[in-house]
Amino acid sequence: MSRLPFLIGSRLWQLLPIIVFATFVVFSLLQLVPGDPALVLAGDYASRERIEEIRQLYGFDKPFVVQYGAWLWHVVQGDLGKSLLSSAPVYDLILQRMPNTLLIATYALLIASLIGIPLGVLAATKVGSRIDSFVTSVASLGVALPSFWLAILLVVTFSMDLHWLPATGARPFSVEPGRAIAHATLPAIALAVGVIAELARQVRSALIEVLGSQYVRTLRAKGLSPISVLWKHGLRNVSVTMLTILGLQVNRLFSGAVVIEAVFAIPGAGQLVAYSAINKDYPVVQGVVLVFVVMVILINLIVDVLSALLDPRAAES
Amino acid sequence: MSVDGVLGVPPRTTATRRVNFWRWVRSDLRAVLSLGYLFILIFVSVFAWKIAPYSPIEQNVTELLMEPTWSHWLGTDDLGRDVLSRLIWGAPNSLYAAFLAVTVAIVLGVPLGLLIGFLGGWFDELMSRFIDALLSFPPIVLAIAVTGALGIGLTNAMLSVGFVFAPVLARIVRAQTLVVKSALYVDAARGFGAGTGHIIWRHILPNAIQPVIVQVTLMLAIALLAEASLSFLSLGVQPPQASWGGMLARAYNYIELAPAQMYAPGFAILLTALAFNALGESILVALDPTMKRR
Amino acid sequence: MTDLSGAVDILVVDDLDVTFKGRRRNQKVRAVEGVGFTVREGETFGVIGESGSGKSTLGRCIVCLVPPSGGRVLHFGKDPFALSASELRRHRRGFQIIFQDPNAALDPRMTILESVREPLDVAGIGTAQERRVKALEMLDRVALAPELALRYPHEISGGQKQRANIARALVLEPSLIVCDEVVAALDVSIQADMLNLFAKLQREFSLTYVFISHDLRVVAHVSDRVAVMYCGKLMELAPAEDLMAAPLHPYSQALLSAEPEPQPAHLRNKKRIILKGEIPSPLNPPSGCRFHTRCPIAVAECATREPEWREVLPGRWAACHFAGAPVPAVSDATVEVLRP
Repeated sequence: MSRLPFLIGSRLWQLLPIIVFATFVVFSLLQLVPGDPALVLAGDYASRERIEEIRQLYGFDKPFVVQYGAWLWHVVQGDLGKSLLSSAPVYDLILQRMPNTLLIATYALLIASLIGIPLGVLAATKVGSRIDSFVTSVASLGVALPSFWLAILLVVTFSMDLHWLPATGARPFSVEPGRAIAHATLPAIALAVGVIAELARQVRSALIEVLGSQYVRTLRAKGLSPISVLWKHGLRNVSVTMLTILGLQVNRLFSGAVVIEAVFAIPGAGQLVAYSAINKDYPVVQGVVLVFVVMVILINLIVDVLSALLDPRAAES
Repeated sequence: MSVDGVLGVPPRTTATRRVNFWRWVRSDLRAVLSLGYLFILIFVSVFAWKIAPYSPIEQNVTELLMEPTWSHWLGTDDLGRDVLSRLIWGAPNSLYAAFLAVTVAIVLGVPLGLLIGFLGGWFDELMSRFIDALLSFPPIVLAIAVTGALGIGLTNAMLSVGFVFAPVLARIVRAQTLVVKSALYVDAARGFGAGTGHIIWRHILPNAIQPVIVQVTLMLAIALLAEASLSFLSLGVQPPQASWGGMLARAYNYIELAPAQMYAPGFAILLTALAFNALGESILVALDPTMKRR
Repeated sequence: MTDLSGAVDILVVDDLDVTFKGRRRNQKVRAVEGVGFTVREGETFGVIGESGSGKSTLGRCIVCLVPPSGGRVLHFGKDPFALSASELRRHRRGFQIIFQDPNAALDPRMTILESVREPLDVAGIGTAQERRVKALEMLDRVALAPELALRYPHEISGGQKQRANIARALVLEPSLIVCDEVVAALDVSIQADMLNLFAKLQREFSLTYVFISHDLRVVAHVSDRVAVMYCGKLMELAPAEDLMAAPLHPYSQALLSAEPEPQPAHLRNKKRIILKGEIPSPLNPPSGCRFHTRCPIAVAECATREPEWREVLPGRWAACHFAGAPVPAVSDATVEVLRP
């Protein structure tokens, strides 16, 4: 398709200011830390020379915008700095941890789509029925359920009592995919429940709106069967909305992953950011947050482009 | 001259009020239950020091990890502290956290949204992109990062959550402001000499506040869950203070010894979040007459 | 009609331009261009035009809701746009506007009484109780039942809402009120009532009206003099009776002939001129005379040379090359002539 590069280009152009602002927010995190940032970054036991070296390196004696520019220049080259605790490059740390997070997030999204979307469709086609009120109630419950509590309950039931699945740790998917999936299953389920609830609710209301619209009622009046109205018109028109809803869940998944990883002792990016925040390892915190936000923005870009391809109306806006 | 007498407005009697109350109870039982639950929770929070049978932080090494008994209805934890008392003392912390986060979000988000909507133009363009950028961060991840920067602890954690929520409110208020700003009654007000302050206070704010109220109620639930998550990650409430999330984290450590201690804090979080959500949805329906119950 | 000799010029509109930015960059919407007239105290000055003719923008500019991009508006000889913001806020109390849509002009979250009281609150006149009494008195003057005072706009009818809008405009006791299509949104059955109310209020409060409408009957009925506006410009200005009896501008003639006559078709004796096409876009107005694209008597010259705004007969102004002159033959290509 010839308009695809143009489409991606124009969306990227629109996203550029958002990316710039996002990096600016990440950089500004360090400014929130009370005290001299050079002292903070040097750690508690640094020598005076080391502090001065860091001041020079980051340019803390220069204006804020210059500091930001220097930092951004390093980031663009893939240099996210070094961990204050382990001195390992932040980039390497994230590269090690991120696959575990992405595995459970993707797994959870898959589970959530396979359950949440059909539930929403089912409820929307039978508005007011018992199925509908069941789905609506379950969704309200799912939204209010603390995911880490659910995770603990899953561990108690499926690992400790039934011994079906492992309770902790992770395996690299590329080396032993079977065991990696087994390890990721409980975390993914715990992560998926909130997303299932959200998907079911939003798909339900989006579909109800389409099915209640004038042209669908006209189709019904013309004698089309409810099934073919649903498949040919309802779902097709809702597909773009569904894609957008799915895209918005990415934020929720990453947020949830941070807590879920703690329950299952998964060495993922979420655990890394929480651990680093507690231990004031600011370069690592900044690095992980940056990678997360860039991933979210890129996923939204993909969703945008896909919606534009699916729906000519969306392409114009 | 008594104006009300001239107007012939019937005074509202206690009888009609009572009828309205029961009609409301019957029409929206869920909201009534939620409101009742939240009132009890607030009551428990205020009088925690009187209601809790034991001190929430006093340790008792002779009674570790006890099963529920008559003297300890929910048992004791790994330091011999009464779980029920800790649960009760967790309520004020959780409510404080939720309300603090939402207050911060309102204080930052509402004026910002008003300003963006009112000024419009390039300022709107710029700030809207900034809000988009803030909303691209996974909320808990950003809250963790901000908490880490400000220093861990419940108040800082909730300031962070409030900061993360603020752009959501700002975006809603901006959209409403843009609509109301171009309303004819605002032109009329400018026509008889109303200044910007009057227009914002008397017209834009009252008309923009409705979706904010709904969103704020729903946010209370999210803030509560965020508090529990952050405390579970030991970024929120610091020991020995009691919090529901922290209690879960602790209980998880000795889960093989006392698995029953998982339930009470989890249910407390779930019920409170459910109550806030139900209330938010009821307010949405009540404020918007077009949203008839399906 | 009112004797206006020796009356003060309450409003002077002098070579007024109002231009808006278009959607695209460098795009300009010329809503009002080179409009000039004078309104004397106590007069009702009618402005008639189709939708999109710029008449509402003119009205908004008169009460300083839209700034002019050229020319001047003078209130009692003073330029309100030269005032400081706080002086303008005080000054504009004397120059009020009533809008077409009575519903949108009232804040849905304020009771009728609150809305009518609001100008007094803003002006800070009297105590809260005095303002309340004054607002209620004003509701009485516009014949709005007092039990409606505590209702919200959605609880009362369109006519009642418009009465509330009138009360709100009157409560500051202005000198001039711009009435922008004030009866257009109302049922025909209550339009006459409303026009009578306007006439009564004019006597009681010695008001000056600028009465804007697309409805020639309405304007002619209430106005002393009428200005005809087309595509941002004035086409004709004349005393109402003269305009109705013998319009000078072909656009006025077309408007007049389009009015339904209260007679069966076979008894009507006038030719009916039906204009073809739409009013041109103010983004891209026609060259020469703005009306030439739809004019039944247009000649080649009309497309190139803009007609001068001139006093054709004493007190009667028009912008047409042929105004007052023998009319060239009507070409059937541009107009459809319905004969009885």
